[in-house]
Amino acid sequence: MKFTDGIIVVVKKDCPTCLLIAPVLKELEQAGKTISVYYQDASDFLSVANVIDDRELEASYRLNIETVPTLVTFSGGEESGRLIGWAREEWRTSLGLESLGEGLPDWRPGCGSRSVEPEIVEILEAKFGNFDFAVRKISLPALVDDIEHCFESGWTDGLPVVPPTQERVLRMLKGTSRAADEVLGILPPYFVKCTVSKVAINAVLAGCKPEYFPVVLASIEAALDPAFCLHGLLATTWFSGPMAIVNGPIRSDINMNWGGNVLGQGNRANATIGRALQLTVRNVGGGEPQKTDQSAFGSPVKYGFCFAEDENTPWTTLSEERGLERNVSAVTLFSADGPIGCVDQSSREPEGLIYSLAGTLKGINHIDMANASDAVVVIGPEHGRVFDNAGWSKERTVGALQTALLIRGKSLGMGTDPEVEKNEHSGQSEKIAKFRKGGLTLVRAGGQAGLFSAIIPGWIMKGAPGTDPVTKEIKL
Amino acid sequence: MTSVLLDPTGELQPVERYPIKKATSLLGLKLGLLDISKARGDVFLDRLDALFAEAGATVFRYKKPTFARPAPISLIQEIIGNVDAVIEGLAD
Repeated sequence: MKFTDGIIVVVKKDCPTCLLIAPVLKELEQAGKTISVYYQDASDFLSVANVIDDRELEASYRLNIETVPTLVTFSGGEESGRLIGWAREEWRTSLGLESLGEGLPDWRPGCGSRSVEPEIVEILEAKFGNFDFAVRKISLPALVDDIEHCFESGWTDGLPVVPPTQERVLRMLKGTSRAADEVLGILPPYFVKCTVSKVAINAVLAGCKPEYFPVVLASIEAALDPAFCLHGLLATTWFSGPMAIVNGPIRSDINMNWGGNVLGQGNRANATIGRALQLTVRNVGGGEPQKTDQSAFGSPVKYGFCFAEDENTPWTTLSEERGLERNVSAVTLFSADGPIGCVDQSSREPEGLIYSLAGTLKGINHIDMANASDAVVVIGPEHGRVFDNAGWSKERTVGALQTALLIRGKSLGMGTDPEVEKNEHSGQSEKIAKFRKGGLTLVRAGGQAGLFSAIIPGWIMKGAPGTDPVTKEIKL
Repeated sequence: MTSVLLDPTGELQPVERYPIKKATSLLGLKLGLLDISKARGDVFLDRLDALFAEAGATVFRYKKPTFARPAPISLIQEIIGNVDAVIEGLAD
């Protein structure tokens, strides 16, 4: 689209200021000016000769119009001046006319341009913008249902996805200040370059809002950290998938859930952030179930598992424990299986709760097995209050749990497996720890009623040969 | 209706879908013949049935209730579950 030299005015009938200055435009024409008037809705209030239909808003978009009326002067093919709204003296001076708009008010502000209305911006960007996604575009034939197409293309986890149109992806990319073509890392199992734009497409599929996108990006960065061992976690025959726990101000900014049903369904941010991570792994990395993902059972976790921590407690938060300030938003990724409930409705002292939690934790993997999976313990508010009232810090609670989880070596050995029976611990009389140092992580979340806590075991391959939790700051 | 979607994958595979491998021999092939309920279609299919059987294929016969509508899901599933390939007439 090229604009001819002279005066260009963009107007809409829905704007009182545009109606007001319609006679002024005629005056400009009569004064011998070359004037083109682009209208965004209707033209029946205009009397100049050169009236151009801009209901598609291409001219408005290309001229970057935010307010109507806007008068733009062009000379030599370049913009040479711009007047926004109506200001008589300014118009007269700029256009070199002694008389113009006599009898009109001195000044009137304009109205918002239709081209910057909500939802329209991205449509115009996709249609007319120079933004060229460095990703493949797939044209759907007429009569093909877009959601069915997503299923048939293998892009989903079995649930419907939001079709990733250019407009939706552009909108998602506005959730971050990072460049669309920035490479976050190489994603297993097929070792594909994972760009911000590819993650944005999968965040659209998952149903994320743009404001969730920074959390998704930080989750991907955590997953790409070699310490997390995403490739192994994906490929394992074990149950686990990635679990994201969010800390910091962004939790409330995007309305995440850390209260009732925290590990369940119903909160859009919790549900879609975890799903976006999993869909990115599936689609960009190529990690599909029963192909590279060889999990014998899988678990509901693998649809996506993300929640926020309740930070309104006396305990240090997860991200503080991992070295970040409380006012920094962060995501920590763990490997995780489904939650196991621990009930204790009797204990009013921390020691009793320690006994109950340790009793549940002992059964993870196998009751005769130690030093295998790590575990995250989500302490519910009613259990948490018992520790808080007694003045127990998180560190003291973890220490007491570790002590309660020292198991006599000779009681280990997984009696059914002669090979394991010969392991380094069997037959030893000294006590060994059920969980490695640092292998028990305590966080706070859950609904106000219920004397329960949730135990979330991780991938049986932990530490250097397997996975370690990874924390990443969430950058907007 | 959406017309353009952005590819969420690692783009290692072509967009086009390829047909499954063609059968190279009729011998031992489980072959479906789908009668779409057009008049005298059965006469034509009876003859095909005999020729395919002669060539060593095991022929399964199916029939749509009406040519005017797509086959019912249960019939499609039955065909998929039973045969290696199916021959369907499009019209008379």
